[in-house]
Amino acid sequence: MKPKLIQGNEACVEGAVRAGLTFFAGYPITPSSEIAEYVSGVLPRLGGKFIQMEDEIASASAIIGASIAGAKAMTATSGPGFSLMQETIGYAGMAEIPCVFIDVQRGGPSTGLPTLPSQGDFMQVMWGSHGDHPIAAVAPWSAAETVELMVTAFNISEEFRMPTVVLLDEVIGHVREGVDLSLFDNLHVVERMKPKEKPEDYIPFRRRPGEITPLANFGEGYRYHITGLTHDERGFSTLKPNEIDANIRALVSKMDMVSKKYASSYSFLMDDADFVVFAYGCSARVAKRAVTLARQKGIKAGLLRPRLVWPFPEHELRNLGSHVREILVPELNMGQAVREVERAVAGKTKVTRLSKVDGELFDPEEILEAITKG
Amino acid sequence: MPVAPVTKVVTGYLRPHKRFPSVWCAGCGVGIVMGAFLRAVNSLGIDRNKIVVVSGIGCTSRMPVYLDFCGLHTTHGRAIAFATGIKFAKPELTVVVIMGDGDAIAIGGNHFIHAARRNIDLTAIVVNNETYGMTGGQYSPTTPQGSSGSTARHGNIEPPFDICDLARASGATYVAREAVYNARRLETLIAGGIKKRGFSLIEAVSNCYTVYGRYNDFKSQIDMLRWQKEHAVPIQSWQKLPPEEKNSKFSTGVLFQKDAPEYVDEYDKLIERLGGKTGGAKSES
Repeated sequence: MKPKLIQGNEACVEGAVRAGLTFFAGYPITPSSEIAEYVSGVLPRLGGKFIQMEDEIASASAIIGASIAGAKAMTATSGPGFSLMQETIGYAGMAEIPCVFIDVQRGGPSTGLPTLPSQGDFMQVMWGSHGDHPIAAVAPWSAAETVELMVTAFNISEEFRMPTVVLLDEVIGHVREGVDLSLFDNLHVVERMKPKEKPEDYIPFRRRPGEITPLANFGEGYRYHITGLTHDERGFSTLKPNEIDANIRALVSKMDMVSKKYASSYSFLMDDADFVVFAYGCSARVAKRAVTLARQKGIKAGLLRPRLVWPFPEHELRNLGSHVREILVPELNMGQAVREVERAVAGKTKVTRLSKVDGELFDPEEILEAITKG
Repeated sequence: MPVAPVTKVVTGYLRPHKRFPSVWCAGCGVGIVMGAFLRAVNSLGIDRNKIVVVSGIGCTSRMPVYLDFCGLHTTHGRAIAFATGIKFAKPELTVVVIMGDGDAIAIGGNHFIHAARRNIDLTAIVVNNETYGMTGGQYSPTTPQGSSGSTARHGNIEPPFDICDLARASGATYVAREAVYNARRLETLIAGGIKKRGFSLIEAVSNCYTVYGRYNDFKSQIDMLRWQKEHAVPIQSWQKLPPEEKNSKFSTGVLFQKDAPEYVDEYDKLIERLGGKTGGAKSES
């Protein structure tokens, strides 16, 4: 098929539809609004549901409600809206309800820079909601990859019953690229596992190590209780230490399960690299050029780009730390992913942060300069 | 009209195992609302697999724990937003949202007015005890001016919302109010709200003796119910009252009703116009 010129934000919708999206609730915010605009045209034609809610909290709440009723549901927002959604994201984690959040990052803090790129929400994904909760995030670097990783995000969310984030930035959201959409028509799509037992035997939050309990959609004969309170296996709030402990550990254990199954990264000239640039999203695109330029100067540079950014690829970095002389982390923030890199390599190699917070993209020369210095 | 024995009907809808005693204090009105709701469901003969009860946070919002329906106990103030997702995704479900006054009208005020504006087919039951009970008696948006609370030590200076006026002004197509003292009439009003297609609001004027009552010199739970008895006036009689009496009493019954297009129906029409299939792209049912 002929490539079609589409925007990263539109690619989110193309990917979501391929993943089986049936429900979207959202509230407009730059630079994510084109997602809501595009999906409002697409979904009704497919018989799916689109609703523009009154705010971001309502949007996040509505997709969780829809998911419990059996829909594959998502919302899209940007930094300030993502901040507002955090409590509800924690709810989805605690109540174990699949849902996908797209965050097209813009400059912050606060209302910051609505139309300019940033990677300042990296930590907010993992730590924005209170308490220990499971969450996964993928970070595409092109319109085409956005289509693919949207499907991955839905698959993770449905398979592990947890919120999943698609972390874009203004550049990836707004970039227009030719994409052959037919390449993504036959991606593996995970369907929600349903209980096989009789309703009276169903235990909605069963704690079995390494297992995810199937989710019974509301209205299909399984009458049970869901709460954001710390709960027992039946879904009722508890203050028993052993049940509290089992609840939280079961939630957090999903992070390892996701990591084992869905860890994914892109490597460029990494086979013999002794200098590694670790970057994601728009910064990784620039870094790739910088690595090419560095090679021309005879520096054995390589690019490692995580596609699944949460759970963080710490094992991969730990291994890398033992045989490369430096890892450079260029980010459009004051240093977020770099902290995770430092933690993973635990002092085994030099880690350098390269921050840019002036609303501009990196220039390949800036990254090249940092590589040359190393 | 013959009435079914109260206890038998109610217990048939409660969860069979170990969820009692409830979290509610002795003399609290929430249990009365629960009973009225269950009798309403029973009188309408709704399949209990097709009812979802959604709540937010607070004393009232613990109700789904006890009910043998699908229950969703959500975050503070957001019950209506969660419920909107459920109803819109699976319109064949009867979705009832049970909230307190703080939950529905303070933190959830925005969702309340917009759900009413959309006229989505939800039944919102607001148990109005004029205070934040679970957190310790702070004043709420319905606390009467001059009343005391744990954050209104010198008397509340804010004018309260009239929940029914708010619902009507926002677009609700069924608006009713009754005191828990009149439990049987409350039951009828709730049944009316569930039957009505569109956004229905039933305000259950309730009582919190444990905090509100004590801050405001009620001598007992019974005292608070007596106050309800003396101040609740059916709408037809209330309209004939002189202005000063209108201000000190409150109207009950179906205060407002109208027919208007319902949100999910309108969306289905949109899908049909586009040649799509109604009922969700991959609806399970």
